[in-house]
Amino acid sequence: MNQSWDVVVVGGGIVGAACARECASRGLKTAVVESGVVGGGATAAGMGHIVVMDDSPAQLALTHYSQSLWVALAEQMPDDVEFERCGTLWVAADDEEMDEVRHKQVVYAGAGVATEILDGDALAEEEPHLRRPMAGALLVPSDAVVYPPCAAAWMMREAVRAGATLCLPRRVVRAGQGCARLDDGSELHAARIVIACGADSMRLLPEIPVRKRKGHLVITDRYPGLVRHQLVELGYLKSAHSVTADSVAFNVQPRRTGQVLIGSSRQFGDEGTAVDHAILSAMLERAKLYLPEIGSCSAIRVWTGFRAATPDKLPLIGPWPGDETVFLATGHEGLGITTSLATGRLVADHLTEAKAEIPAEAYLPQRFYKRANAGFEGAAQESNAHA
Amino acid sequence: MPEGKLVVSLTVNGQPVSATPETTVAAAVLIAGGYTRASVSGEPRAPLCGMGICFECRVWIDGRQHQRSCQILCAPGMDVRTP
Amino acid sequence: MRFDVVVVGAGPAGIAASVTSAREGRRVALVDDNLAAGGQIWRSGEALPRNAQKWIAALRSSEVLHLRGLQVFDHPAAGVILAERGEDCVALRYSKLILATGARELFLPFPGWTLPNVFGAGGLDAMARGGLPVAGKRVVVAGTGPLLLAVAAHLAARGAKIVAICEQAPLRRVVAFAGRMLKQPGKLLQGVGYGWGVRSKIHFSCWPVAAYGKTAIESVTLRKGKKQWTVFCDFLGCGFHLVPNTELAQLIGCQIDEGFVATDELQQTSVENVLCAGEPTGIGGVEMALIEGQIAGLAAVGAVEEARRLARRRRKMLGFVSALRKAYALDPELRRLAAENTIVCRCEDVAHGALREHRCWRDAKLQTRCGMGPCQGRVCGAATEFLFGWRADGVRPPVFPALVSSLAGANFVSGNSSEA
Repeated sequence: MNQSWDVVVVGGGIVGAACARECASRGLKTAVVESGVVGGGATAAGMGHIVVMDDSPAQLALTHYSQSLWVALAEQMPDDVEFERCGTLWVAADDEEMDEVRHKQVVYAGAGVATEILDGDALAEEEPHLRRPMAGALLVPSDAVVYPPCAAAWMMREAVRAGATLCLPRRVVRAGQGCARLDDGSELHAARIVIACGADSMRLLPEIPVRKRKGHLVITDRYPGLVRHQLVELGYLKSAHSVTADSVAFNVQPRRTGQVLIGSSRQFGDEGTAVDHAILSAMLERAKLYLPEIGSCSAIRVWTGFRAATPDKLPLIGPWPGDETVFLATGHEGLGITTSLATGRLVADHLTEAKAEIPAEAYLPQRFYKRANAGFEGAAQESNAHA
Repeated sequence: MPEGKLVVSLTVNGQPVSATPETTVAAAVLIAGGYTRASVSGEPRAPLCGMGICFECRVWIDGRQHQRSCQILCAPGMDVRTP
Repeated sequence: MRFDVVVVGAGPAGIAASVTSAREGRRVALVDDNLAAGGQIWRSGEALPRNAQKWIAALRSSEVLHLRGLQVFDHPAAGVILAERGEDCVALRYSKLILATGARELFLPFPGWTLPNVFGAGGLDAMARGGLPVAGKRVVVAGTGPLLLAVAAHLAARGAKIVAICEQAPLRRVVAFAGRMLKQPGKLLQGVGYGWGVRSKIHFSCWPVAAYGKTAIESVTLRKGKKQWTVFCDFLGCGFHLVPNTELAQLIGCQIDEGFVATDELQQTSVENVLCAGEPTGIGGVEMALIEGQIAGLAAVGAVEEARRLARRRRKMLGFVSALRKAYALDPELRRLAAENTIVCRCEDVAHGALREHRCWRDAKLQTRCGMGPCQGRVCGAATEFLFGWRADGVRPPVFPALVSSLAGANFVSGNSSEA
């Protein structure tokens, strides 16, 4: 396959599939290289929560933009994508967190995201199995859930239908200088190589400021109606915010099947795929604290995955200043499913020199290149954001 | 019901069933003329493996869901529910 | 609870292992998800063969702590396994762990196999022993392996009307196997010999191609070569021999060779202090399981010389294992039994047609949900291995579904702070 492409996308996860779909649909000659199965990496490991997050203005802009793209596509997506607008309830355990709810509502309103404040009684009515009393919650009705592997597969089918070529199962062993070398020795030559392989991106570009952040999820048997919305503790913000410590947070999701997906955990420094019993235990105890009945539900699977974390909790979308043929679409941490569609748009906008619908500067890898000498840890300390 | 054996009385979907104490709940459900679960697409299902690995025999027992009835013996007063 | 030896699985291998270790004065626990000792092959409820009675009696009179109805679901750290019964979760600490987790039936999908009253062959037998009345019922027993005749004989003894026994293997291979086993009369008795009373109903090179019924099976169509016919029946027991239960061994990290747990001649696995005996090391039947169990039980307590002596006896039995495998090797035609809309994954109702387009287990699982249900792929994983040549994913805890509370307690009970 020694031929020339406009774009070679490295990685067939949801971000790679979204990039390929956008590029191919705009007439770029596109190839995608995936080492395993489409949507089989972090895409399959993630929850599939399409969520607007407000950790920073740039994050709010990107997640909100991307969510609107999901909504616009909802009608076209096949049933197995399981797009459900169940909404998110940010659960406030106490009055202090209720203050945060009110603040959050103002921030969301500023971005044009409608929300609703529930008091404790209203929350109990919406989610009768939550521990009582709770102070209340912020309902974000536009948030949704999807089943990510099928969403990625659908995007990939769309990409192929628009002319993209899928190379699989092939691993890219080297990327740069307009060439992606595959594990079978073949080379794909391209004007741009889009690195969209999540936490595996560092294997190809060791100098990019991305680290693996391990997560655990548990899924139960079917308990229809146990939870109705994606439920996230407001403390999640504190938990996810930390860029150093291991942390867990109450974060559960109703699946269309009636199953309950239980998260979440965040760990740096553990790059093994094995289940960490200490963090699993802490995560499930947290879930039981908020949702006591979950304890007597049957758990049928536990799995782990790796988020691609950046120091400032914003993804790397744009050209990599170290090599003009290399383009990054990675570092989405826990928001890759949500922001996949926006990432695809921004990548294709850049490659076709089209005007982006949101300002793209905040996501440019350039921001780290300038202070490359500060190193990753230095960059982390400067940052105050999260994902 | 063999004569002279101990008998336990339980209910399957509210209907009384008598069984020996060695009878599994799965057998009692079939004796009662039912099946154990509805599959995710709504098909009636009954036990396949008889040894606790196929999970086709899941029923509600005393208010608890997803109980593997082939691995549980009938007990007096047990309330067994199936779709 | 802390033990010198913990044995998982109370079938022949596990009973032999635990009794043997206990005889050497060690503190032994035997943990099993069933309610009675004996495993699947010596399931209670009926007069058992004499060696079964002997071993079960030996277990009863031993100092072994037999923990019944406990499902082992995790191995959170070296030296401890977790098991659950109802709402209770216990940690069992071991110096030596012997895995005697047995085997399950291989189920192959065919149209109608999801109808109620279609069981595994051993499955129907187990249901009958668990109180399902079979007297006067018309029963077809199908699939492959020596177990079929044993099941048919047992059901007939309970008053079932055996309509047909369908053995997929050709007569000549079964005869050759039986002839070979004549040199080991014990084997023959345990296998083919069971069937004298019902043998007139046996069809070789024969299998069910479809089951029919409205709310439960009413009839089954059988095929032998070009001949095809339909018989009425109340129950169909259909199992295509055995699949080893290696999930716990895999979770622990034991090396697996061609689907079986690899051990040395003293039943030691690749993981320190973990031994394995019986069907997970190779489908060899009761005699093999008993001797492997004893070897493991001796080796676990350091009685190496005696273990080696038994290991020499075991070596002589290995011919049986390969002869059994060859005699009952599956006919490739069985791959064509499933139709487009035949369910393959019963937990998630995934049909054959939806699976066919995928190139590997992981792709199929992620895209169709095949294997994502509570059986964790124990049924469809083995079926798709035969149908498509797929290999299932690696194993993660829990190796059986467990309560969230039990999983949450996993760290607590495996830490130093507490004993369950």
